[in-house]
Amino acid sequence: MKAVVTVIGKDQKGIIAKVSNILFENDVNILDISQTIMQDMFTMIMLVNMESDKVSFKELSQMLEKTGEEMGLSIHMQREEIFTSMHRI
Amino acid sequence: MINPFEVIETIKMIDEENLDIRTITMGISLKSCAGPDIDTVCEKVYNKITTYAKNLVKTGEDIEAQFGIPIINKRISVTPIATLVDALEEPTVEKCVKIAKTLDRAAKTTGVNFIGGYTALVHKDYTKGERILIESIPEALASTDLVCSSVNVGSTRAGINMDAVKQMGQVIKKAAELTVDTQGFACAKLVVFCNAVEDNPFMAGAFLGEGEGECVINVGVSGPGVVKCALEKVKGEDFGVVAETIKKTAFKITRMGQLVAQEASKRLNVPFGIVDLSLAPTPAVGDSVAYILEEMGLEMCGTHGTTAALALLNDAVKKGGIMASGYVGGLSGAFIPVSEDAGMIAAAKDGVLTLEKLEAMTCVCSVGLDMIVIPGDTSAETISAIIADEAAIGMVNTKTTAVRVIPAPGMVEGDVVEFGGLLGTGPVMPVKKYSSAEFINRGGRIPAPLQSLKN
Repeated sequence: MKAVVTVIGKDQKGIIAKVSNILFENDVNILDISQTIMQDMFTMIMLVNMESDKVSFKELSQMLEKTGEEMGLSIHMQREEIFTSMHRI
Repeated sequence: MINPFEVIETIKMIDEENLDIRTITMGISLKSCAGPDIDTVCEKVYNKITTYAKNLVKTGEDIEAQFGIPIINKRISVTPIATLVDALEEPTVEKCVKIAKTLDRAAKTTGVNFIGGYTALVHKDYTKGERILIESIPEALASTDLVCSSVNVGSTRAGINMDAVKQMGQVIKKAAELTVDTQGFACAKLVVFCNAVEDNPFMAGAFLGEGEGECVINVGVSGPGVVKCALEKVKGEDFGVVAETIKKTAFKITRMGQLVAQEASKRLNVPFGIVDLSLAPTPAVGDSVAYILEEMGLEMCGTHGTTAALALLNDAVKKGGIMASGYVGGLSGAFIPVSEDAGMIAAAKDGVLTLEKLEAMTCVCSVGLDMIVIPGDTSAETISAIIADEAAIGMVNTKTTAVRVIPAPGMVEGDVVEFGGLLGTGPVMPVKKYSSAEFINRGGRIPAPLQSLKN
């Protein structure tokens, strides 16, 4: 299944490094990344392939959230369908 | 790749604007549990509910974790229990209460937060079992925690059963008296309907109707905060723009409901029934239907213009939502439960929002007089008369209306009752001092209106 990882918060060094490292360690492949500054906030959106044997969706999601808290960022991981169903007919 | 602006919009709706799925409700038919012996019936009811709904709460939580959308309630609705009571050998109030306690126990085992369907449909007349079930409602609600009850006393097709209306006034009074310690909390779990719907996922009025199948998943969405925030961006624009903005927002909200309903249905291997296109408030600041109306330009909810604003809102929610879901049903529209809506609580405390204005508002929105605290010394006949008025609105306008009032024991106008949680805070609202007793005591049935003759 595909999932979207979003990172929102104050720009700082090492955001991509940290997040992608967690994904790498858990065997999760990154399919696409985009990042931009939106309303003065650093915003990174990653599309990942969540077919890891190492970790469950919930565990990974909690790991990312925790890292986010440590860095003062808001990090979410959600199934891709929530975005496609809301914004696409 | 997904558009980043859309991703951020969705996340903002959830994080900041209180977007959530209000409820996943599993409807379970109990028709197969009917029988003459009460103990056997209770055993069958318990086993069936706990088997069918075994994974309901866990599935809800899993979906919540994976999609990142909060699912506030997981609930169960069942076949009107009066059907089981009618099949019993020598039904009694005690036996009815025993079934209620069984439902409560089953609900607790499955981990849901409410079970609805302690219900009788008596819009034309009573059966023996229905009469006994209604009689048992106060005790059933007072002696259980999670059981919700509803009674349908009227319909456009049948007219209004005024005997039932009279009885429900007494039932509500008694339910309040039996739960003095909690300011009449039992009444918060009891709804009196006209034109009740069979697939409503919302409490306290959910039950699984006669025409429904063995098991079904119905979903109720929410999101007043999202609509309010969307309207903030179109300040001063004309009503065409307002309606269009609400429609677009309702579409997005409903798509969430559709997605969650489909996913829950697939995972539980239970057919998907309907999505209820609803705007259901919570007492949380920013999750209020009243604030939407105020955003449209009213200084306070309840002032002149409120009914028009609500009519526009209700219609736009349906128009936006209907394309987002394959099957729409339930009550579908804006809810106006006074104690559950921060803006309405404030307006009621201020005296701007009155019972009369709420009655007018129920003509143009999805339900009726909901979660309204009235003085503890209000007579049973006055409560019946409030029900009759509301049922008449439903009957004539071919819509669902309901009454959920709480005559809080010992409370007078100006007092405030704290229910806590989703049920919120209820300022005691005044009722008319003049008697309706002679009117209510006539009994019989108000004939079905001309609107019923559609064939």
